[in-house]
Amino acid sequence: MKFRLTTGAIASVIVFIVAGIAWTLWDQAALAIHKFGWQFWQTSIWDPVSGEFGARPFIWGTLYSAILAILISTPIAIGIAVFLSDWCPASLRAPLVFVTELLAAIPSIVYGLWGIFVLVPAVREFQVALPDWIRAMPMFSGPPVGVSMLSAALVLAIMIIPYTSSIAREVLKSVPATQREAAYALGATRWEATRVALHYARTGIFGAVMLGFGRALGETMAVTMVIGNNPQVKWSLFAPQYTMAAVIANEFSEAADELHLDALVEIGLVLFAITLIVNVGSRLLLWQMNRERKPKQRATAPAEEAA
Amino acid sequence: MKSMKRWQMAVAAGVLALGATVAAQKVQITGAGATFPAPIYSKWFSEYNKLHPNVEVNYQALGSGAGIRQITAGTVFFGATDGPMTNDQLLAAPGKILHFPTVLGAVVPVFNVTGVNDLKFTGTLLADIFLGKIVKWNDAAIAKVNPGVTLPNLDITVAHRSDGSGTTYIFMDYLGKVSPEWKKKVGVAQSVNWPVGLGGNKNDGVSAIVKQTPGAIGYVELVYALQNKISYGSVQNAAGEFISATIESVTAAAAEGSAKMPADFRVSIVNAEGKGVYPISSFTWLLLYENPKDKATSKTFMDFMTWMLTDGQKFAKDLGYAPLPAAVVKMEQDALKKIKTQ
Repeated sequence: MKFRLTTGAIASVIVFIVAGIAWTLWDQAALAIHKFGWQFWQTSIWDPVSGEFGARPFIWGTLYSAILAILISTPIAIGIAVFLSDWCPASLRAPLVFVTELLAAIPSIVYGLWGIFVLVPAVREFQVALPDWIRAMPMFSGPPVGVSMLSAALVLAIMIIPYTSSIAREVLKSVPATQREAAYALGATRWEATRVALHYARTGIFGAVMLGFGRALGETMAVTMVIGNNPQVKWSLFAPQYTMAAVIANEFSEAADELHLDALVEIGLVLFAITLIVNVGSRLLLWQMNRERKPKQRATAPAEEAA
Repeated sequence: MKSMKRWQMAVAAGVLALGATVAAQKVQITGAGATFPAPIYSKWFSEYNKLHPNVEVNYQALGSGAGIRQITAGTVFFGATDGPMTNDQLLAAPGKILHFPTVLGAVVPVFNVTGVNDLKFTGTLLADIFLGKIVKWNDAAIAKVNPGVTLPNLDITVAHRSDGSGTTYIFMDYLGKVSPEWKKKVGVAQSVNWPVGLGGNKNDGVSAIVKQTPGAIGYVELVYALQNKISYGSVQNAAGEFISATIESVTAAAAEGSAKMPADFRVSIVNAEGKGVYPISSFTWLLLYENPKDKATSKTFMDFMTWMLTDGQKFAKDLGYAPLPAAVVKMEQDALKKIKTQ
C-alpha cells in the first residue's frame, strides 16, 4: 500500500510538470494572447519593429518540414528494421544496429554543420541541374539558394531514421514466432512471411513513426541552420522558410521588447499545443486500430490464405 | 581513541576556518548580455583575474536583450548591450542605469560576385539592395559607383542574420540613417521584418550562405571578417570617401562621435561626419546601476572599470575591436565617480 502511494505520488508529479509548463507559457504570453487573440494563428506578418506578430508561416514551416521528413524517413526506417529483423546475416546485425543507433547520438548542431557545408550546396546544385519544365512547377520554383525546405526535411529525415527504425525493429522482433511459422506452414515465401509480421506489428510501427514525427516537430538547431529562416507560406521545396522552434531560438535572446517576448512565448505555446494534438491524435488512432484488430483478425485470415 | 577523535576534529575545524577566510576574500561578480563583445570581455576578465586572483567575473553572453532584461530584474550585477537602452526601458528599471562604452566594433558588407574582388557601396545602394529594389549585380546604380569593374548579369541573393543580434542593430541603425525609406518600411532593431533574403544563423551562418551562393551579399562583424580572412566591400562615408573598415577607420569614427558625446553616453556613431571615418561603426556598452545594492561588489567592479578603461584597452586591437578614443576614456572616468560604492 505504502509502495503504491509513493509511486503514485511520483507519477502524479509528471502531470503537474506538464500542467505547469502549459500554465507558465499561457501566463508569460498574456500580452500577445490578449492583443492578437485567434488572429495569431492566421496572420503572416512578423515584424518586431512595429509590434505585429502572426504565427502562420512558422506553424506551416514546422508542420510541412516534419511531414516531409516522415515521408522521406519512414520507408527507409522500416526497410532498415525489416532487413535487421528478418533478412540480415547474424554477423552483420550487431554492427548495423550500432551504426543506426549512433546516428541518434550525434548532436543536432553537428547535423546542422554537415547540412550547411555538404547538403545545402548539394541541394543547390540539384536544383540548378533540374530541367526548366520541372523548375516551372510551383513545387520546385524559386531561385537556387540551397538553404530551403528540402534541405531541412532531408536533415530531419536523417535525424529521425534511427528513432523510427530501432523501435520498428523491436516491434518486429516481438512478433510471436508462431505468426511467421504459420505463414510458412501455409506455403508463404519469405517475403510474404515478412508481410504477415509487418501487418501484425502495424500499430507498433505507427507508434514508431509518430515518435519520429514528434522529434521532427521540435528539432531546432539543425533546422535553423539549413532552412533559410524566411517566414513565408510556400509549397516550393526550394523556398527558404521558417519553423516555430527556430524563431524562438533565434530571437529570444535579443528580444528586449515586452510584446516581442510574449509573442515568442506564445509561439512556444502553439508548438506545445500542436505537439499535444499530434500525440493525442496518434494515441486515439492507435486505440482505434487495436480495437478493430480483434474481430478483424478472423476475417482477414482466410484472405491471407488465398494470397 | 578519544584523543584521536579530538585531533581529527581540530584539523577539520582548521580546514573549515581556512576555507572560510579564502571564501571571504573572493569576490564573484556576475554579468550578462551582448555576444558581440564577448571575446574581449572574457579576455579582460581573465587578464584581470591574473592581476587580482580574488576577483572572479562570470559573464554570460546571452544577447543584448537578455542583458537588459537581467539588469532590470536585478539578477546580475552588470549588463551589456550593443544598442543603447531606450527611454522606456530605462524607466522600467527599478533604479537609474548608466551606460559605459567599452570598445567599438564595425559591420562590413560581404559579397560573392564571380570575378569581382573589390566593390564600393554607398549607403543608399546598400539600403536599396537589402530592400529588394536592386535585384541584379549589373544594375546601373551599382555600376555607377564602381567604374571599371565588370559586373555580371547575376541575381542578387540577400543574406542576413536570423538570430537577433547587435550586428544587425548596428547595420539597421546605419541603413535607417542613410535611407528614409528603410527607416519607414523596416525600422531599426535587433530583429526586423526583412523585405527580402535568407536568414543565416550567426556570423558563420551568414558567411556560409554568402560563400556558397553566387550573387549573394550579406553583412558580418569586422572581427569575424578579419579572423576568417573574408574580403569585404568599402562603404561611402558622410564626407563622400569610400572607406574600407579597419581598426583605424573605426577609431576615427569614435573620435568624431566623441565630440558630440552626450552625458549619458547613449550615442550612435553610424554615418559620422569627418574624414577617414568608417560609417558602419558603433560603441558597445556596459550597464550599471548608479546606486547598486551590493556596495562591496560595486567597489571591486569600479577598480576593474578603471583598469579596463586604461590598461585593458590594449587588448582590444588583437581581437579586432577598436579601442576607445582618449576623450571618451576621460569622460567615462568622470562618470564612474557617480557610481556609489558605499
